[in-house]
Parts: sequence; structure tokens; C-alpha cells
Amino acid sequence: MYDPTVARLTYRALLGRRRALILGALPLLLIAVSVVVRGLAGADDQTASDLLGGLALATMVPIIGVIAGTGAIGPEIDDGSVVYLLSKPVKRSTIIFTKLIVAIAVTMVFSALPTFIAGFILNGNGQQIAVAYTVAALVASIAYAALFLLLGTVSRHAVVFGLVYALVWEALFGSLVAGARTLSVQQWALAVAQKVAGGDMVTSDVALPTATVLLAVVTVLATWYAGQKLRSLTLAGEE
Amino acid sequence: MTTLNIDHVSRWFGNVVAVNDITMTIGPGVTGLLGPNGAGKSTLINMMGGFLAPSTGTVTLDGQPVWRNEAIYKHIGIVPEREAMYDFLTGREFVVANAELHGLGAKAAQKALATVEMEYAQDRKIQTYSKGMRQRVKMASALVHNPSLLLLDEPFNGMDPRQRMQLMDLLRRMGDEGRTVLFSSHILEEVEQLAWHIEVVVAGRHAASGDFRKIRRLMTDRPHRYLVRSSDDRTLAAALIADPSTSGIEVDLAEGALHIQAVDFGRFTTLLPRVARDHGIRLLTVSPSDESLESVFSYLVAA
Repeated sequence: MYDPTVARLTYRALLGRRRALILGALPLLLIAVSVVVRGLAGADDQTASDLLGGLALATMVPIIGVIAGTGAIGPEIDDGSVVYLLSKPVKRSTIIFTKLIVAIAVTMVFSALPTFIAGFILNGNGQQIAVAYTVAALVASIAYAALFLLLGTVSRHAVVFGLVYALVWEALFGSLVAGARTLSVQQWALAVAQKVAGGDMVTSDVALPTATVLLAVVTVLATWYAGQKLRSLTLAGEE
Repeated sequence: MTTLNIDHVSRWFGNVVAVNDITMTIGPGVTGLLGPNGAGKSTLINMMGGFLAPSTGTVTLDGQPVWRNEAIYKHIGIVPEREAMYDFLTGREFVVANAELHGLGAKAAQKALATVEMEYAQDRKIQTYSKGMRQRVKMASALVHNPSLLLLDEPFNGMDPRQRMQLMDLLRRMGDEGRTVLFSSHILEEVEQLAWHIEVVVAGRHAASGDFRKIRRLMTDRPHRYLVRSSDDRTLAAALIADPSTSGIEVDLAEGALHIQAVDFGRFTTLLPRVARDHGIRLLTVSPSDESLESVFSYLVAA
């Protein structure tokens, strides 16, 4: 299921070039903002929750997910170098699964870890807020990586679609239209975080069982479908 | 013995027919797939390599379907035309990765790098390679698992003459070893130097198949047209038309030139300078007016 060579190539493609700078910029911004807020306003649970919910979970995690998920396969398909993976006796599902693992790992490192650090800076994990949002970021990383990996497999404009989804649907639309929140990775992740935090600082519009089922279904379906798409991927000539 | 069977294969993209009902069998030895740019060679090679589904028809390798069959790549090595590789890797890392994906190790990769004589630059990043070096590393990645079928899409593009010779030697050797080697090209001379057998594709159709010498003769024996300017067009025209190697001459007053149709190519090319010298005429322009590959091919299709 997991091919270390595919993983190595994917890691190096993801972390090698400018992509790594973009991946690193948002977490640094989050930590910098947290330091400033803590310095100006002191430790406050509500502020910590607002910042981690609004900036970290609603904005940073999906954007990192877009970069890592689409970046794990999109550029290779775009420039045609994926032919070196496809011309091998390696199962397409293995290629997708491996790339998913890499995308999840990269999204987790660049989103959950800084969320945890920012949470500690903001209020020293008071009311379990840092841990709760970190868990939310970890959970969301899995679903985002799977969704955006699929997007990278099916569309040449994966990054654009991914960002539109992340920013418009998750961040903007979700906050205006209640129904949209039920179909939001962010809300599913918050449902898990709510369970961890226990208090009323972290809340979700979706019940935990629903959220868990939807997370699992979306992740599995997206991964399966990406594997199917890769099996019949067409590399058209340049003529 | 590895035989690639293309059976009544067509491929269209929307309204455009790229490959039109082609049937051919590619057996051991070197086969050249010849055709002008845009003839459908890459589309055909992509279908042979399992990267494109035929709209109709089948492509099989020793009876096994190629499309949606990963296991087939144990037997196929592919050298794509596109430049993109994993540029951030060194040549060695790239070939080792290709070997690993076949379940092989660094030893196989080293052997393949030696075969293409790229050991001297194997530790440099691919992004620093010249086109010829890239081509050789691509070749190494395709050879790493000792495939019985090798597919190469325009492998000589961008190579200098020395690199071209090296690759030709290598492909010839592969053919002699009994492998099935198929390469595409739009340059007749390349195909002529390398392939025993050629398949000609023009505008998506299978135009000719067989021994290259026979096809080459068809190509050189066709009527050639020349545009000639000289210090005395009319005297030159009169002297040339007296010889059976020319079948027609038009004096183009507006252009100030002669349009000459030659039926015996070899004879005409020695006749023209001799006649000019004998009559004290200076030749100012001699240019073939229908040497474009397209016209050569369209002649072939008609023949």
C-alpha cells in the first residue's frame, strides 16, 4: 500500500522548492500574531479561542491542506513527469495512498504543530484550548489532504479551486449560511475538538457522530476516487 | 520474443481524429515510426505505452492489453518526449528511484547509467543538464529493468551529432540483442541510419510499412522541383530541357527565375552545374521548392 520511493519523491517535491517557503510563511505569521496578541492583551481564553478558530483552523489549515494536497500530485501531472511513476509495475492505489500519507504528514506538521505552539503562547493551554484546536487541526489535515489530493488529480486548476473552497466556502460562506456548516471539514474537526476541550469555548454546529462519519466517508471516498482517476489518467501528446 | 500488436486503433479528441484505423505489428529489432509533425506519432506512442486509451481498437503486448495494466511495465521501457523529470534530483537519484519502483536496487541503476555513459555527471542535479544529458538519463531510467520493449518518442531531438551517434549505437545494440525497439522521428535521415523496418504515419493514417530502402527509393525517385536564378535564364533553360533528366521548365518573368521539374534527381544535380559552366552562366540561386517533409510524405501517400 505504501511505497517508500514514491513517498521520498513526493516529500522532496513538496519541501524542496518555493513551496516550502509558502508552507512555512503562514505558521510563522500565526505564531507572530499570537506573540503580539499575548503581549498586548495578556492571556485570555476567549481571545485564544477566537484566534485559533478564526485564523488557525478556518484559514491556515485549509490553505496548508491545499498546498500540500494538490502539490503532492498536481505539478507532476501538469508537467508530465508523473509518467515515470505510471510506467512502473506499481499499483495506482499505492501511488495515491502514499501521496495521501505524505500530504497528511506535511499538512499536520505545518498546521497542527504551529496551532499547538500558538495556543500555548496565547493562554498556556488554559481550558485545554491549545490541545483542542491542535486535535481539530490534526483531524482536519486528514480530510483536507484527501480532498485536495483528489482535486490535484482531476483538475489542472486544483490550487485555484482549492483556495476558493478553503477561503470562500469554509471561511466566508460557512460563517454566513448555517446549512453550509454541516458540509464543512472545519465544523467536523471542531466537533472532535469540542469533545476534547469539554467546556463551552470550542463549539461545533455538527454533532460528533455525524462529524466522525462524514470525515471518514469523505477521506475514504476521495482517496478511492483519486486512485480510479489515476488508473485512467491520459497523457495526451504535445501535438 | 516480444511483439506489440496495434489492431484497428483509432483515437479522436473531440472532432479531431488524431489516429485513424491503424493496424501494425512491431516485432524484435529496431522499428522507426516516421511522420511529419502532427501526424499522430505521439498519440500512437502514448497508446502503445498505455497512457492513452484507444477510442476504438486494441493495443496488446504478447496478447496482454496495455491499457490499465500496470503489470505490463515490467516489460516496457519508455522514453517520453516531454522534458519534465524530477529536476530537483541528481541523475543518479533519479535512476535509482526508477530502479526502486521496479523493485530493483542501486546496482541496476548504476549499470544503466554506465550503459548511457552518464556516470561522469550522475551526481549533478538534473536541472543543470543539457538536453542531450537529460535524454540519456531518461534512457537510463527506461533501461534499468532490462525491458524487452523500448518505446522512444523523438529521442534524438536536441542532441548533438556525437550524442546522436552514441544513442543510435545503443539502440542498434538493443535491437541486435533481440529487443523490440520502436522510436519515432520526423527526420528521414535518422530513421534511415537506424531502422531496418519503418512505419510511416501521415495525418493519422498508416501510409507505408516495410523495408526503409524501398520507401527511401520512392522518396528520392519522386519528381523534384527547383527554383533557379542565373545570369542567363533562357540559355540555361534551353540547355537543361535538352536532357532527359528534366521534364519541364517555366520561365517566371515576374520572379526573374526558372521553375524546373527534374525527374531524375541524381542526374539533374550533376547536370545543372556542368551545363552552367559549359555555357559560362553564373548560378545565383538554386533552391529546392518542395523539399518540405510534408510534400515528401504527401507524395508517399499518393504513391
